[in-house]
Amino acid sequence: MTAAVRQPGWTRAITAIVFGIAFSYGLSIGARALFGYDPYLDGEAVLQIALIATPFFFMVGLGLFDYWGYWMSGRPTRPEDHSGHGAKSWKSYFYPNTDHKVIGVQYVVHSFFFLFVGGLFAMLIRAELAQPGRQFLDANTYNGVFSVHASLLIFLFIIPVFAGLANFVLPLMIGAPDMAFPRLNALSFWMLPIAGVMMLGSFFAPGGSFASGWTAYAPLSSSAPIGQVFFTIGVQFAGASSIATALNFLVTIITMRAPGMSFFRMPLLVWANFATSLLVVIATPFIAASQFFVLLDRALGFNFFDNGQGGDVLMYQHVFWFYSHPAVYIMMLPGFGIISEVLAVKSRKPVFGYRMMAFSLLAIVVLGFTVWAHHMFVSGMQTWIRVPMMITTAIIAVPTGIKIFSWLATLWRGVLKLDTPMLFALGFLTMFTCGGISGVMLAMIPITIHVSDTYFIVAHIHYVLFGGSLFTIFAGTYYWFPKMTGRMYDEKLGKIHFWLTFVFFNATFAPMHLIGVEGMPRRVADYADQYAGWNLAISIASFGLGLSTLVFAYNMISSWRGGPRAVGNPWRALTLEWQVSSPPPVFNFDTIPTVVGGPYEYGIPGAVHGVFADTPPPVTARTTPATTSSPARD
Amino acid sequence: MAVDPRAKTNPRTIVQMVVVGVIASAIGIALGLAINWFPVQGSTQSKKIDDLWNLMLIFAVPVFVLVVVVVLFAVKEFRQRPGEEKLDGPNIHGSTKLEIIWTTVPSLIIFVLVGYSATVLSDIEAAPANAAQELKVDVYGQQFAWTFKYTGVDGKPVNTTRLYLPNHQSVKFNVHSKDVIHDFWIPAMRMKIDAVPGITTSYRITPIREGSYPVVCAELCGLGHAVMRQTAYVLPPAKFKAWLTKQSQPAGGGAAAGGGAATAAIDAKTLFTKGNGNSTACGSCHQLTAAGTPAGGIGPDLDTALAGQSAAQIKQSIVNPQAVITKGYPPNVMPPNFAQTLKPAEIDALVQYLLKNQKK
Repeated sequence: MTAAVRQPGWTRAITAIVFGIAFSYGLSIGARALFGYDPYLDGEAVLQIALIATPFFFMVGLGLFDYWGYWMSGRPTRPEDHSGHGAKSWKSYFYPNTDHKVIGVQYVVHSFFFLFVGGLFAMLIRAELAQPGRQFLDANTYNGVFSVHASLLIFLFIIPVFAGLANFVLPLMIGAPDMAFPRLNALSFWMLPIAGVMMLGSFFAPGGSFASGWTAYAPLSSSAPIGQVFFTIGVQFAGASSIATALNFLVTIITMRAPGMSFFRMPLLVWANFATSLLVVIATPFIAASQFFVLLDRALGFNFFDNGQGGDVLMYQHVFWFYSHPAVYIMMLPGFGIISEVLAVKSRKPVFGYRMMAFSLLAIVVLGFTVWAHHMFVSGMQTWIRVPMMITTAIIAVPTGIKIFSWLATLWRGVLKLDTPMLFALGFLTMFTCGGISGVMLAMIPITIHVSDTYFIVAHIHYVLFGGSLFTIFAGTYYWFPKMTGRMYDEKLGKIHFWLTFVFFNATFAPMHLIGVEGMPRRVADYADQYAGWNLAISIASFGLGLSTLVFAYNMISSWRGGPRAVGNPWRALTLEWQVSSPPPVFNFDTIPTVVGGPYEYGIPGAVHGVFADTPPPVTARTTPATTSSPARD
Repeated sequence: MAVDPRAKTNPRTIVQMVVVGVIASAIGIALGLAINWFPVQGSTQSKKIDDLWNLMLIFAVPVFVLVVVVVLFAVKEFRQRPGEEKLDGPNIHGSTKLEIIWTTVPSLIIFVLVGYSATVLSDIEAAPANAAQELKVDVYGQQFAWTFKYTGVDGKPVNTTRLYLPNHQSVKFNVHSKDVIHDFWIPAMRMKIDAVPGITTSYRITPIREGSYPVVCAELCGLGHAVMRQTAYVLPPAKFKAWLTKQSQPAGGGAAAGGGAATAAIDAKTLFTKGNGNSTACGSCHQLTAAGTPAGGIGPDLDTALAGQSAAQIKQSIVNPQAVITKGYPPNVMPPNFAQTLKPAEIDALVQYLLKNQKK
């Protein structure tokens, strides 16, 4: 027993949590006694300290800081023998692991779990909204449910699932044996369950869960019941996880590319994650700041947002959106990368205008920081900034348009294999265009004045994040499923999943444009009778959409357990991750490849992107004959 | 002899795509313009915003059609057919000419739209030529009701819970908040602005159509956000003036609003479930089996909370809800303005109604 408590692992983690709770009581009671506050025991004070402290106790207990701890205290570190690499059984996924492929799977599975939880909340929302008046959720629970729905799907699904897919494939794509900082990588992942447990756990807080939306505008959030703090602190852990991962990606991409892999020979998924990581590193500290302001207002009586005490209510929105607008691109650029990979391979053609595709990503990064106030056109901020922000917002449509048109040109004259990843990619092209068009409409201030905070916004964000991001996530998950699991998914079920999703997605979200413009505000548990017809139709369609994800879940689980074995390169793709076995060897490459050409040289017989020979031939892909075969290993 | 469609784009395909694209765009635009998107046009501003919307639709539909048509034709022409499993497309890396076209054309469209929008923005916010004639109304948002302050004919402030507006006269709303952020929106007028604690925000409208229109809170403001709905009435200028004059008289009060002759018997149940068109309905937040209002959870369940309450206590809870807060419910949720929004007779009727339905 003592041995189990001393060893890093779950026993020690749970013991540490108990110590963490005891520490929180001790600190709170001690501090209150010292200052003579009455009573000494204040449940909310203990809870707020515990929410910050216990996660650290948990992570120490789990062993995430052991190596650094030894190193810092001058004790001999244990030489890394790589025995912890790779997953030995399904149980390995429940322990910290420094193998990027294990962490990638942990991320993806964990994120999809929260997709289903967030989706269940969406079902509750639609059930409540099926009819005007109150059905079965009271107003406080309803506000909590839609707040948790958005927070989980943004902070625990879309952002981390992209990080997870990239965690798995990005080092393989650039010919690296792992990420640059494997221990930091493990730490990044384990901060996510903490955030997830906190956001879900908020429902058990006195006064209910946080209920001020995922935007948590002050002063509503700074005066809300204690459940709000579960969001305020949960976001800190999700944000810290994102920042650490982004730093890891940046260093990995800059320093660990295989010989010959110049920046302009990188697959566009790598470019996309490079751009996204820049956004994360620069922007995410701002949401951390905004939530710290709220926490300080609540816990320590600061007056950042109390206008009676010199606070400034609008400041919250500026700081919040300075992160949360770039966050829209954090949730979209990795998807752009996935689509470029899938379209090139499934059309058997190079990505059209590769350099412009890379530059447009960087243009979006830069422009993304100049548009945040378009979320505040009706907020009452200074009026002059609106027109400049309208112009920059509209200009973002240009690099985005370049990407859409280049993808269309990639399709043209290719050999289109219409399997599940490709269907989701084509679905993305059309649906994301819809979301982009309503985005340009929303850039126009006079239109925003009418439709902001209505269901038109709900429709727009779901066309961008569901029809956009989630479609790319499905495309990427199907596309790399053989590589990640070593199994093939069921193509027929995949196609059924696509068509059900595509039809019910449109049936659910398209009518929201109509009721929004007609005047139905968002975030309401009850609405005027005139919107009853459409809301019923939307609710019915949304249940279909919810059920369609069960087809996906069944396909993934059953194929992982018993699907046919996947070969190393089932898609005949050129990028490096497909040149190794499925799943890849523990250290990715037995010999580090040398990159000799672009990643998408389809249409040239025998062209390769990288070679695994010991002495690489000094020629470019265009003239390289097919001398090197893919060394698939098992 | 079959020509490989992938060697060179067949000109006939392009012609087909253009024809399909033009037809689909025409249908799409016609449909887009035929849909009755907006609520009625209640102000001069609404006309301009609706026109901008229509212009946006005319540009938006062809862009969407273009993407869909290219995707569908690419699938039709170039999908992998049996025997093509090992085939690759041509090794084309790009076309500078095309890339210049699809960078510049969208840029030009964007600049046209942005320029037009900026013009519309300046139009809908422009002050009237005769600024002195403009009616100024102070709007106060609080959880969960709106109140309004006019300048009476004698120059003294008139506080009311009813929003009356004169037709064809520019009105400037100065919007304030007493607690959290709200958003003052009359969908028929199209304009909205947040009510922000600590600052005064504003917008102006010129009503063009008599009638009554919903007033909606568009910014999440807490438990009762969904029921923070009131009504705006646009009256002929003479009638508006008469109303304001009456408000300015000391005894007038908000009670006689609506140009109203005294109503006959007060239907307390309707008052409870629907309000008087001016007050928030009790049943929006309170459960009462006798009135058929369901559990909402915003306010206490009156089936149980009424037990043992005297008429005086019930009346106090209506006109001064902060005096006694039911255990388990936060303070400052129930609007404190029922003494203004309801006539004394209506309050008495409600008290009697609640007493009658008191569960022992």
